[in-house]
Amino acid sequence: MQTLIQQVLNALQLGSVYALIALGYTMVYGIIRLINFAHGDIFMVSTYVAFFIGTALMSHALRLPGIVAFGLTMAAAMMVTALLAVLIERFAYKPLRQAPRVSAVITALGVGLFLENFTLATIGPDPRFLPRFFSVQTFTVGGVAFSNIQIIIIAVSAAVMLLLDTIVRRTMVGMAMRAVSWDKSTAPLMGVPVDSIISITFAIGASIAAVGGTLFGMVYTVDPYMGIRIGWWAFISAVVGGIGNIRGAMVGGYILGFVEIFTPVILPASTYRDFVAFSMLLLLLIFRPYGILGRPVAQKV
Amino acid sequence: MPILRIRGLTHYFGGLRAVHDFHLDLEPGELVGIIGPNGAGKTTVFNLITGVYRPTEGEIFFNGHNLVGKRPDQIVSLGIARTFQTIRLFKELTVLDNVRIAHFARTRYGVMSAMFRLPQYVREEAEIRERALELLDLMGLLEQANWVASSLPYGLQRRLEIARALATEPRLLLLDEPAAGMNPGEIADLMELIQWIRRRFDLTILLIEHQMRVVMGICERIKVLDFGETIAEGTPAEIQSNPRVIEAYLGEEAIA
Amino acid sequence: MKRPSFSFLTPVLTPVRVAYASLPFSVRRWTMPILLVLFFVVALLSPSFINLYWQQVLIYVGINIILTASLNLVNGYMGEFSVGHAGFMAVGAYVASILTVWVFPRWGLEAYIAYLFPIALLVGGLAAGLTGLVIAFPSFRTRGDYLAIVTLAWNMIVKSVLENIDAIGGPRGFMGMQKLTSVAWVYVWVVFTIYLLRNLVYSNFGRGTLSIREDEIASSLVSVDTRKVKITVFVVAAFFAGIAGGLFAHIIQFINPRSFSILKSTDVLVMVYLGGISSLGGSILGATVYTVLLELLRPLQVWRWVVGPLLLVLLMIFRPRGIMGMQEWPFLIPREERAERVAALMERIRGRREAFAATAPVGGSSD
Repeated sequence: MQTLIQQVLNALQLGSVYALIALGYTMVYGIIRLINFAHGDIFMVSTYVAFFIGTALMSHALRLPGIVAFGLTMAAAMMVTALLAVLIERFAYKPLRQAPRVSAVITALGVGLFLENFTLATIGPDPRFLPRFFSVQTFTVGGVAFSNIQIIIIAVSAAVMLLLDTIVRRTMVGMAMRAVSWDKSTAPLMGVPVDSIISITFAIGASIAAVGGTLFGMVYTVDPYMGIRIGWWAFISAVVGGIGNIRGAMVGGYILGFVEIFTPVILPASTYRDFVAFSMLLLLLIFRPYGILGRPVAQKV
Repeated sequence: MPILRIRGLTHYFGGLRAVHDFHLDLEPGELVGIIGPNGAGKTTVFNLITGVYRPTEGEIFFNGHNLVGKRPDQIVSLGIARTFQTIRLFKELTVLDNVRIAHFARTRYGVMSAMFRLPQYVREEAEIRERALELLDLMGLLEQANWVASSLPYGLQRRLEIARALATEPRLLLLDEPAAGMNPGEIADLMELIQWIRRRFDLTILLIEHQMRVVMGICERIKVLDFGETIAEGTPAEIQSNPRVIEAYLGEEAIA
Repeated sequence: MKRPSFSFLTPVLTPVRVAYASLPFSVRRWTMPILLVLFFVVALLSPSFINLYWQQVLIYVGINIILTASLNLVNGYMGEFSVGHAGFMAVGAYVASILTVWVFPRWGLEAYIAYLFPIALLVGGLAAGLTGLVIAFPSFRTRGDYLAIVTLAWNMIVKSVLENIDAIGGPRGFMGMQKLTSVAWVYVWVVFTIYLLRNLVYSNFGRGTLSIREDEIASSLVSVDTRKVKITVFVVAAFFAGIAGGLFAHIIQFINPRSFSILKSTDVLVMVYLGGISSLGGSILGATVYTVLLELLRPLQVWRWVVGPLLLVLLMIFRPRGIMGMQEWPFLIPREERAERVAALMERIRGRREAFAATAPVGGSSD
């Protein structure tokens, strides 16, 4: 029983990160119907930004308290990553907005690989560790051990998701996003600045990924190819939840977190987890391509 | 014995009722028109006949074959061809290829035969090439055979779409607003063309049209739809004097 | 069809072309076979005058041509977006390798292994072709982005399955293959592939494939059995990817699941879109240029892996159809499809026109 609760906590921790990244996939898809295959790598870049800035801030010369350094690191990672995403959108995707959708998807794939290989060439393949912002404290309640880091990850993620949900549902920006998502040609007639809204969407998606990146870096190592695996899992989360659907992405993230943690428990070899996740994706796409929370789209003839 | 027999055809899109209790009997060789305001369900009827949508209720029989549940390509092979409200040619392919594609269902050679250029492939391909060019010649499109379809002037694109439909060797031709976007001169040509292909290919034709001039000029019978319901049916003269039609349709739109 | 122009060569080429065209057809028809045989002899003798490194480059060029041309069938001609081509390559590579390393020797056929190599490749190709159905069936219901994800999931699943089968080495990989792939063999398979694909493209199935790209619903409404076409296309494309995989395994002599990751699939994508969609000539060009380019960039080390993705992005923005998109080299068009033959047929039909009772009314105002 204790191990079960322990595993649930692990799954929530991992699922939080997947959900945060899945949100970026789903928001971009929702607004311009593009599968932004580069998003996993944008996440990867964000962890590197967090690594460099965090390391600088935690150097002994500054003597900043951990919580401040953590906050500054995350804020910086969010800003840099948002800027990167906006630039990518501006220079790689925007010229293709009128082109066949496949062109944009291929471009996204190319941008992702570019980011990976560029990082590999400039920074190198060695895994890195983020500095310790907090000393790890382990609590034991009723035989279940959990750490303060775990709590921070789960809580911060939940807070960010709640904030995003509020932005999309209750603010003008969110309303504009939904307007652009519905109809890109009519939205400008109602005074919605489509280009800015698309940029904002990319920026928000990327900064949420940067939150995920900073949190992820506190537990796991950072390397140029991490974006592939984590990115794909997050992407599957988005599809499972119904791509384009924000709450779906959150639910999907947690589902995938549970799949990853519990697959080795059920199947002996831990290497089966990719197989399980991708088979799930395949079956879902065949039988319910609009995801768990999505709705089918009627085809106009 | 009607060639097409539709009974109680009903279709819903989600909660929206697009077509309700539609009946139709088409005798061989007839030219029948369907008219009605936008959104009346006319194109939906075509989509139901050709298998693009599966009807919620009702039955469609063509020459004794039940069409409900069949795939579009199977229905086309049985002898029903159609054109589209907005032209749907294979834009980047040549005029000749547009027509040759329509020979798909009648081609017998298999993949292996094609890949290894077996005699059956060579013979059938030569036949298709010749038949397609002959059809283009008949339709006055031979000189444009090597053009890319999208480079044809609008009127010829409409004509190519009809040629492509004819290449499937239909018994029944469904024309979805063939005169849309045409000027009066082109419309006159089109009416002549429709009459001509009907005789030449021995066709039964079902026509959706907004241009009253076309419908009243060439159709023998007309059905009027409004909000998915059939509100009137009869000869052009009867329809023109039917008060419900005038209220629902003719009242709103100028008679061309 | 527009021919690629090399204007500076025109003074030399034009007289040659004119002189060639004046030869009787009975002579001209032998040009292609003679050239093919000649190149085969050159390929056969190549080990005696090309060093090992460039032989290997030539072999990779050939393998990449097969991969690119077959993927072009799906991504170019049919307009679908498959990102899982390496998955099929993996199936072919493993099956062919298992045959040459385990099965044939166990049957006491080790001495004949060089002769059995084509059989191993064919079986690998067939196995890959069969798995092509995994993508073909979902493609009935989903297309576009979603089908791209299906192919991607397929690629990942293949890799994951291979990593989990310990008998064939799991993540450590599979080895023991002899170096059976030679320049001559690759040449033969490339010619074979291009010939078969060309015939397919200029058939009912090829036209059906193109019509699915243009407008799938209109296509089914002019009698194209889109399911049959999709099955054909995915199975054929997977078959040739499997052949390429077998050839690849027997030159590199060591394969592991990572050799067939999504990165490999992306490389093939770059070659397809570089050379040009819906063009076999483009695939030959794209595979050759890209493979040689990467070799020439070897001094750049890691940085050369930045080139491919960057190229892909720039291509999509500035030339999304590639160098030869939708165009074909004249010699790759079947003779009876070439402009002069079609024109002759048109002339005959014009001559017969009088025989018809009537021709459709062609209004003067329909311009």
